[in-house]
Amino acid sequence: MHPFLYTLAADEPTARRIAATDPAAAFIAGGTTLIDLMKLNVEHPAQLVDITRLPLAKVEELPDGGIRVGAMVRNSDLANHMLIQARYPVLSQALLAGASPQLRNMATTGGNILQRTRCWYFRDTATPCNKRDPGSGCSALHGQNRIHAVLGASDHCIATHASDMCVALAALGAIVRIHGPSGDRALPFSIFHLVPGAHPERETALQHGELIVGIDIPRLPFATRSVYLKVRDRRSYAFALASAAVALDIRDGIIRDARVALGGVATKPWRSQAAESALVGKTAGSAAYHAAAMAALEGAVPRARNAFKIELAKRTLMRALARAGALA
Amino acid sequence: MIGDPVSRVDGRLKVTGAARYSAEWPIDNLAYGVIVQSTVAKGMITAFDTEHARSSPGVVAVYTADNAPALPDKGRAAMKPPAGRELSLLQDRAVRYNGEPIGLVVAEKFEQATHAASLVRAQYESHTPLIDMQSALPSAYPYKPNINGSFPPATQRGDLAAGLAAADARIDATFTAPIETHNSMEPHNTIAQWDGDQLTLYDSTQFVYGVKRFIAKIFGIPEANVRVISHFTGGAFGSKGAPWSHVVLAAMAARALNRPVKVVLTRKQMFGLVGARPHTVQHLKLGARKDGTLTAMEHRSISSTSSFEEWVEPVTLATRLMYACSNQQTAHELVRLDVGTPTFNRGPGESSGIFALESAMDELAVKLAMDPIELRLRNYAERDPESGLEWSSKSLRQCYSLGAERFGWSRRRAEPRSVRDGDAFVGIGMSSATYPARRAPASALARLMPDGMIVVQAATHELGTGTYTIMTQIAADALGVPIERVRFELGDTRLPENPISAGSLTAQSTGTAVHLAAVALHDKIAAMRGDVTTIVSARDLVTRGGGQPIEARADAKPGDEQKAFSMHSFGAIFAEVRVDASLGTVKLSRMLGAYGVGRILNPKTARSQMIGGMIYGLGMTLTEDTLLDARTGRYLNADLAEYLVPVNADIPEIDVMFMDERDPQTNPLGTKGIGEIGCVGVTAAIANAVYNATGVRVRDLPITLDKILGHTSFAD
Repeated sequence: MHPFLYTLAADEPTARRIAATDPAAAFIAGGTTLIDLMKLNVEHPAQLVDITRLPLAKVEELPDGGIRVGAMVRNSDLANHMLIQARYPVLSQALLAGASPQLRNMATTGGNILQRTRCWYFRDTATPCNKRDPGSGCSALHGQNRIHAVLGASDHCIATHASDMCVALAALGAIVRIHGPSGDRALPFSIFHLVPGAHPERETALQHGELIVGIDIPRLPFATRSVYLKVRDRRSYAFALASAAVALDIRDGIIRDARVALGGVATKPWRSQAAESALVGKTAGSAAYHAAAMAALEGAVPRARNAFKIELAKRTLMRALARAGALA
Repeated sequence: MIGDPVSRVDGRLKVTGAARYSAEWPIDNLAYGVIVQSTVAKGMITAFDTEHARSSPGVVAVYTADNAPALPDKGRAAMKPPAGRELSLLQDRAVRYNGEPIGLVVAEKFEQATHAASLVRAQYESHTPLIDMQSALPSAYPYKPNINGSFPPATQRGDLAAGLAAADARIDATFTAPIETHNSMEPHNTIAQWDGDQLTLYDSTQFVYGVKRFIAKIFGIPEANVRVISHFTGGAFGSKGAPWSHVVLAAMAARALNRPVKVVLTRKQMFGLVGARPHTVQHLKLGARKDGTLTAMEHRSISSTSSFEEWVEPVTLATRLMYACSNQQTAHELVRLDVGTPTFNRGPGESSGIFALESAMDELAVKLAMDPIELRLRNYAERDPESGLEWSSKSLRQCYSLGAERFGWSRRRAEPRSVRDGDAFVGIGMSSATYPARRAPASALARLMPDGMIVVQAATHELGTGTYTIMTQIAADALGVPIERVRFELGDTRLPENPISAGSLTAQSTGTAVHLAAVALHDKIAAMRGDVTTIVSARDLVTRGGGQPIEARADAKPGDEQKAFSMHSFGAIFAEVRVDASLGTVKLSRMLGAYGVGRILNPKTARSQMIGGMIYGLGMTLTEDTLLDARTGRYLNADLAEYLVPVNADIPEIDVMFMDERDPQTNPLGTKGIGEIGCVGVTAAIANAVYNATGVRVRDLPITLDKILGHTSFAD
């Protein structure tokens, strides 16, 4: 860990001013990703601006029936919030499927959106990695890539996005609220995270000095019928090999609307509108779920050790849809 | 007293944090050492750049091969081939695995040393390493020395070819397992403190006397000048059996700097530097007649070692004695990989070997359409088939029958995929287990103190196993006093010598010495017509004798009975799994271990020992896999988020049964040792249950979902 300055920001303007003036500054909230990567010398900010004292820890109802979640809301608090459990069970389930209770008590909503990949080559400064060290090469491409992505990857990077929460938020079509030097922005989840392409070092649309202040989850009445399913090598405290966040609007046995996102198999939280289209208008049941699974994994690219993920993701998605379909 | 479920006498110290582990000793003027590691697997260091590290705040010294104090014989003075711990002591510039220690940074604070260590740069002339086990298999060569010093590396009895030819059914299968890293909860650590030419080491170890001798040899100083203290060790599992590089580096720096130095490994540094269970590739051939009688057994093991030591996993030892089969061959081969040297890991040999043997026996039972327990009983070894000796005790038959009854084995459906529970196929499987009942020389001192307390001393170890508790019980039992009157002291080379706490040795060896010392003290007191049953009478007795402690010492060692009997523990493991019919995930839903392991000194701590071993086996079976990059030899998943040891969610209710057994031969207490066997057999029992559930035979550990999902015979 490199030496660094630490500032506890009393208010948002102060926090943003420090960050904007120091190109090597980073915001720190729960620190569950950042401190870990600092210990590994993967991240070496010269200055940490602690934003945990900012008044961003509220969960509020929006006038249109959506929910606004402050960036500092802890994962455990969000998962157990009555409004989330009642309206977006998929989000509560995704949060509780992530990490461990201790980590969830520290990790924040804003921080989790920026969670970094668990690719072991990214985490080891002794190996080439385009994400960590642009242009150095991708060690995973021909290395130990059982845990790597089959969707959204490029020859420059095949690292998966690690967050469970983000998969649910992608399905729910959340909006990321950002305050920054050049004004305030609200970015739909679908364009917030970037696929690696030729620049895996760029992971989000966030600019330096911009601060995530929270997310808005739009009103989605049928999200009461939603499920998050996570499949992993260990039954707790393990990252997803494949996961699915789904919501189904079923009336008279017909799927009227659907939301589908995948985790553990893609380079970003992977909403699949192809899968959603395959479901809408169909009779709820295994034929529709199978068609959705085929559509979701269309174009998936296997590597030497992760080909199983394509079949696993399909089956995970089918299982999640079947569970959602069976809900009252 | 002996046989009572006494709660741990050190339990309160542990849960309150008052138990002092070696890194926790408060030492004045302590400096912190952090190891610098290589970033290539094979080659030579051509240059070090330590300038930035030296000028970093708080740095006291930076040692590399350029400036490290020279050790006698280049640091190899304590080597005992074939695997005598060739360490990385900065005596030359060779690099033999990725992550090998190539430097030590010492600073005023741990954080300063950690940062400065990251600033040390090395340039390498690097060569392509050999990392991948499968690629290395063509280079396998026979292992020639005796195994563990006493077992021949290969055996042959009867006529294997004739036995195979006579068989009605044959199994020919290959079983593989990856490198498994111990991951004790407490990282390896040492504090080294010199006082003139006297060295004290506070070390996390399984063997204080072993460390003392090794370190004395390494530095070329008299053994009497080294004291090793280890009051509590936070788990070891074989990885703290002999000193690794960090112990010597701490002592080396402490001597050069004339101030105490502490080195604590990081979790990442516990991968490669301190041993692991090696890769194994096992070829099993079994032949049997229609009635199940084994006519032939062939077991050939190839295990990985490092490029610089021949450490062999004693894989086939259990096969030699498990079944009454007159035609058998066993052999061990090695391949050299550019990785850290492997070492003993819980149930070394048996854990790997029984996985293959008992999986193959299950396959044979399927082929013969026989009940797996019936097949084992058909070939039950009434005496040791290798030596021809009688067993000192063996309750395996009862383990099978009582275990099967308690587990509900009779409800097992032999046909795979015939039991469904919701999304899951349900299956059950079983395995035999065995581990040698070993004993080594040990000594103990028992003293009646002026305050009426009885202090018993033996330089053994508390690894979390309950040594303090059972030794206290043994002494109190012999003296006829409550356990509160006995204080047991261990983990200090100023106390009587005892063997390594490994290989299930402690209860047998140290337990016997403590028993004999306490008996001797009891007899001495009786001869003085003394009475120690109350603290007042005990004090009076000491006062009457002049105020000096009354003491008795015992030196216990195994005798001719070792040659007259074959001494082994046995057990039967039963497992039930639920395998998701679509996703391939395996959930262990029940497990039972039925054991004949000699007399149980304390059923409470013994049960914990067995459960711990079974969970260790569960990790070996379903999740644990030390991943290396085949091109660079980097240890990739070197943390507890990615190296998957079981968590509570993976662990079901685990049941343990002990057969009523008191071995008449092993030692006066009748124990056989229980530390290792808990891990043995779990892997085959679960693998066999997975087969019974799904019809998929996984012969490659760990049993992850992709190995089931990808199987052609598996579809929902």
